[in-house]
Formats: sequence, structure tokens, C-alpha cells
Amino acid sequence: MAMISGDNHGLRLAVRYTVLLLIALIFIFPLVFMVMSSLKPDQQLLVDASSLRAFLPVGDISLNNYLAAFERAPVGLFVFNSVLVTGVTVALSLLICSAAGFAFVFINWKGRGVILSVLLATLIVPFETIAIPMLLMVSKLPWLGMDGLTWGWLNSYHVQIIPFIADGLTIFLFVQYFKDLPGELIEAARVEGASWWQIYRRIVMPLSGPILATAAILKFLAMYNQYLWPLMVTQEEGYRPVMVGLQYFFQLNIAWGEVMAYLSLITLPVLGFYLYLQKAFIASIASTGVKG
Amino acid sequence: MAKISLQNIKKSYGNVDVIKGVDIDIEDGEFCVFVGPSGCGKSTLLRMIAGLEDISAGELVIGDTRVNDLPPSQRGVAMVFQSYAIFPHMTVRENVAFGLTIAGASKAEKDAKVAEAARILQMEHLLDRRPSQLSGGQRQRVAIGRAIVRKPQVFLFDEPLSNLDAALRMDMRMEIGKLHQQLGATMIYVTHDQVEAMTLADKIVVLKDGKVMQIGAPMDLYHNPANLFVAGFLGAPSMNFLNVEVVGLEGDLAEVSSPVLGKVSVSAKRGPFAVGEAAILGLRPQYITLESGKALMKGKVALTERLGAETVVDIGLGDGTSLIAALPQDAVYTVGSDIAVGFDGDKAHLFKAEALPEKGAH
Repeated sequence: MAMISGDNHGLRLAVRYTVLLLIALIFIFPLVFMVMSSLKPDQQLLVDASSLRAFLPVGDISLNNYLAAFERAPVGLFVFNSVLVTGVTVALSLLICSAAGFAFVFINWKGRGVILSVLLATLIVPFETIAIPMLLMVSKLPWLGMDGLTWGWLNSYHVQIIPFIADGLTIFLFVQYFKDLPGELIEAARVEGASWWQIYRRIVMPLSGPILATAAILKFLAMYNQYLWPLMVTQEEGYRPVMVGLQYFFQLNIAWGEVMAYLSLITLPVLGFYLYLQKAFIASIASTGVKG
Repeated sequence: MAKISLQNIKKSYGNVDVIKGVDIDIEDGEFCVFVGPSGCGKSTLLRMIAGLEDISAGELVIGDTRVNDLPPSQRGVAMVFQSYAIFPHMTVRENVAFGLTIAGASKAEKDAKVAEAARILQMEHLLDRRPSQLSGGQRQRVAIGRAIVRKPQVFLFDEPLSNLDAALRMDMRMEIGKLHQQLGATMIYVTHDQVEAMTLADKIVVLKDGKVMQIGAPMDLYHNPANLFVAGFLGAPSMNFLNVEVVGLEGDLAEVSSPVLGKVSVSAKRGPFAVGEAAILGLRPQYITLESGKALMKGKVALTERLGAETVVDIGLGDGTSLIAALPQDAVYTVGSDIAVGFDGDKAHLFKAEALPEKGAH
């Protein structure tokens, strides 16, 4: 009997790992294909694409595509722009949206139910429908910057940041998470004399690791993948992010090797951010998974 | 000075009245227990005193100050919650010092006060641990430590022991009693456990449906319950209630009888009663004796519970009512056998007939 159940166990494990491996392969193949192709000249790349060689570093392997990509487009500038815009937006978004969620859940004020409903209703409005009105709006807004008061936000970093700091989804995520925090913790802090700001900073934020990580990942991906909006609001190369930069490789002669090299390069920050937050995510679960 | 005065305090949520006009005076240094069945409003009342719930009407005075509109932090109160509410991301030391940190105390002051609180609660060795590394009783200590470190005028306890097991509950109950003696502060303690109420309180407030049923010292309430609810709520096993008829009146005494009970004279202080009036006779199980006393009742043993020090016997009386007797010492009573018990009239309570409280309401 023991033998049979042992065999069953082994079989089940084998099936499980095979399935997991297949799923992992499905997800990893495009990445491997991208990185391998970026190392090959265009002709070989197209020939290899029809065989398994597409996933192997075989044939004429070099970093020439990377050098060419840097020549064709200011890759460093685009990555810098994207990382800056995305980083600042994520940081401000976590601050503002968590504060908004805090106010919706913990502070009792008139009309909060209505305002939260309106905010949630914005989730069903596709960005494309409001893109043009938003463009008209930001093109007329005042800005106080280094050059004094100017009108119109086009061709700047802030036009890519400010409209995306607060959004219904991120606020909703925080609201849902805060609702599950034990209310007595907040009440205990109030009795101890903490102000709302102190409760937010000293009690609620330190316990919000998992939701901060989740919201940060979602916001990061959305911001890093921005294409339509930056295309509309940045005519100057100096402010363009990576996705708009991809256009540079589809003009005139398309060099697939360079496209793959460019994609490999702009994937690096995303991977790094993911790996970093994965650690924070696990750590935050370990420290907050405490039975009251 | 931390006298607390609740004057006609009311609380409503929309059209629903939860607290229906409560008047309570708590003296400086007194240990006052709010007790009552679930949903009676005792926790709401405590939260109103803490400032966590708005007061719909009435006056709340702590010391000499009307505090109705003051935030919790300015009322001079500290609160211990049922779930302990200690902050999971802070060490015990940080938890205990939280109020001091918020108030901007210096590190030296915090260290000294935390050390003092830890000494009183015997938890010096726990200070650098995290809440997840503590047992339920230890967490409760931390919550109490956080309360005492600020030296508040008033301590509020919201069912602080209900999450602990029975043995630990008894230990912590004694410790809270000792703490009250040591600190001499005013304490308000909410519980649904009448044993906690009886053992800890200087003054018990019995609540039901948002109204005060009776206020008094524990033994006062036990021996002189003002109404059927208080009589039934305090004491374990709870008081027996027998339907009787008033058959005679003489001064402060009323003579009552029923089909299962011969004539017996009892105090009529909760009257006035009229001859021929239906009334309810309350008998504590502990004052029922075996085959003695002035009034005798006969019945059959329906159930026995041998507790060692006493034996609780459920006696089926002739008319279908049951009578619980807590007879002293361990003894064997065969189920179904005949039994005769009695009581002294001066230990019985006569109440005006009204709806009987549900058994097991607490």
C-alpha cells in the first residue's frame, strides 16, 4: 500500500511540475525569443524564427543590434524619461491615493459615500474617451516653473505625471484594504492622542505593505506602458518615454534585431522593479501577518 | 479629580435609540462595572465616554469638565480593548510608549515610564518582543501597560478578558483588581460576565436595552435586586421564579402561596401588593435547603450536576415548573426520586408580576 501511495504521490508531483514548467515556458518563451533575437542579425533572425533556433543563442551572435539601437534612438534619454515619470507618479500616487482611501474609510464626513461612488464610476470610463478633452485642458493650464508663470503644460514631465497621480482603481484598492484593518487599532491610537496624520503615518501605512506593493506594481506597469498620452502631449524628443521611442524603429526600414535590442533594454527597469517589490511584498506579508 | 457624571445620556442611530437616557455618577477612584446581556448598550456607553461615539443628547462630565465635544485624547482617558488593539508592527516597548511618543515625551522619560509600567505588570522581559511572539495574556498586559503609562484620570476596559481562557481570565481578573488598588484611578469596566462584575466592582450598573436597571454595590444588587431582570441576571445558577398569589398582608410582610407551595411570609418592600394579586417569588438556588426551612416544596429530581463543593439539583415541581437548588456539599440524588426542599421567607424576594426575564439571557 505504501508503495502505491508513494508512487501516486510521485506521479502527482511529476504531473504538477510538468504543468508548472509548461506554464513557465509559455510565459518565458517570448522573453527568451526577444533577448536571443536581439543578439542576431536580421537575416538570421527571420530564418531562425521558424525553428527552435529562435530560442537559442546560435549562429552569428553579437551586440551589434544594441549599438545600432543606441545610434538610431536616444535610448538612455527615453529610459530616463520613463523611469522619472513612472517613479514620480508611482510615489505620489501611493501617497495621495492611500490618503484618500484613509479619509474614505476612517474619517467620518458628509458625502463620502456619494463621492466614493462617483470615483468608482470613473473606472468604467475608457481613457481614450477623455484623452482629447484632457489634452485641450492641459494645453491651457498655467504652470509656475523655472521660467516663471507659463500657460499650457505640453512638452513637459508634469503633463505626463499630474493627470495620473490619483485614479479610482488605486483609491479603491486602498479603501478595500483599509476596511479590513482592525478598527480597534485606529480607535486605540485615537484614544492615545494620535492625530489623523499620525494614525495614517504611524499605524496605517506601516501595516499596508502588501497593498502598497500591489498598487505600486499596477501603477508602475500602467505608467511605464503609457503610449497614447505621451504621444499626444510631447512633441519634443527630450520629454518622450520609451513606448513613444519605439516608433523610431518602425520608420523607413524596420530592423527587427534593433527592435528586439531596444525592447530588451527597456524591459530591464520593469524586471528590476518587479524583483525589488517581490522582496518587499514577501517581507511585508511576513511582518503584518500577525494575529490581532 | 476624576469623578464621572453621565446625565440623561442618549444615543440614537437614525430612528433607533440605543441608549435611552442614562444617569450614572462614578466617584473618583471607584471601580465601576457596566454589566448586561449582549446588545444592552454597555459597550456603546463606554465608547461614548471614551469619545469614540458621539453623544446624541445629555451631558458627560469628567472631573469638572463637560467633555461631550472633546476628542478622545483630551478626555484624560485610556482604554483597553477586547481585541487588545496592540500595534502589530511595533515592539512591546514601542506599543507601551506610543501615547508618550505622540505627546512628544523625551526618550529618558519614555524609558522610565515604560520601565515602571513593565515592573507593575511584570513584563520587563517582553519589552523587545513583537506582538506576534506573545500569548493572549501577555498581549493583554501590553494593552494595559499602554493604558497605565500615561497616568490617565480614567481607565476604560471593554470586555478585556473575554478572549482569554478560563484559568487566565481568573488570574488577569485578580491582577486588574490589584492594579486598581495600586493606581487608585477611576475605572470603568464593561463585561457580560457577572462573576467579573461581582468580584471587581465597587459599583455595578446593570443595563438592559439601553436603560439602567439598577446601580449599586455588588452585594446590594445580589441581596436586594430592584426588579426581576437584575434578580435573574446576577447570581449563578440564576434565581428561581415562582408564580404565587398574595393571600395576606401584615405590615411589611406579605403572605403568599401557590399550588406547589404552602403559605409563607415574605418581605413586601417592592409593593404595594393587594390581597389576591398575582406576584412572583424569587428564590436563589443557594438559599434552598433540603427538607428544612419554613416553607416546604415537594417534587422529583429531574437532573443533578455534581460540582464537588455543591450539588445543583433541578427539581420538577408538581405543576410543571422547575426549581433549581444548589445544595451544599457533594451528594447523590437519583433522578426521578422524590425530594422535599424548603427556604426561609426572609431570604425570598417578592416581585410585582411582570414579564419574566428569559433564562440564560446572559
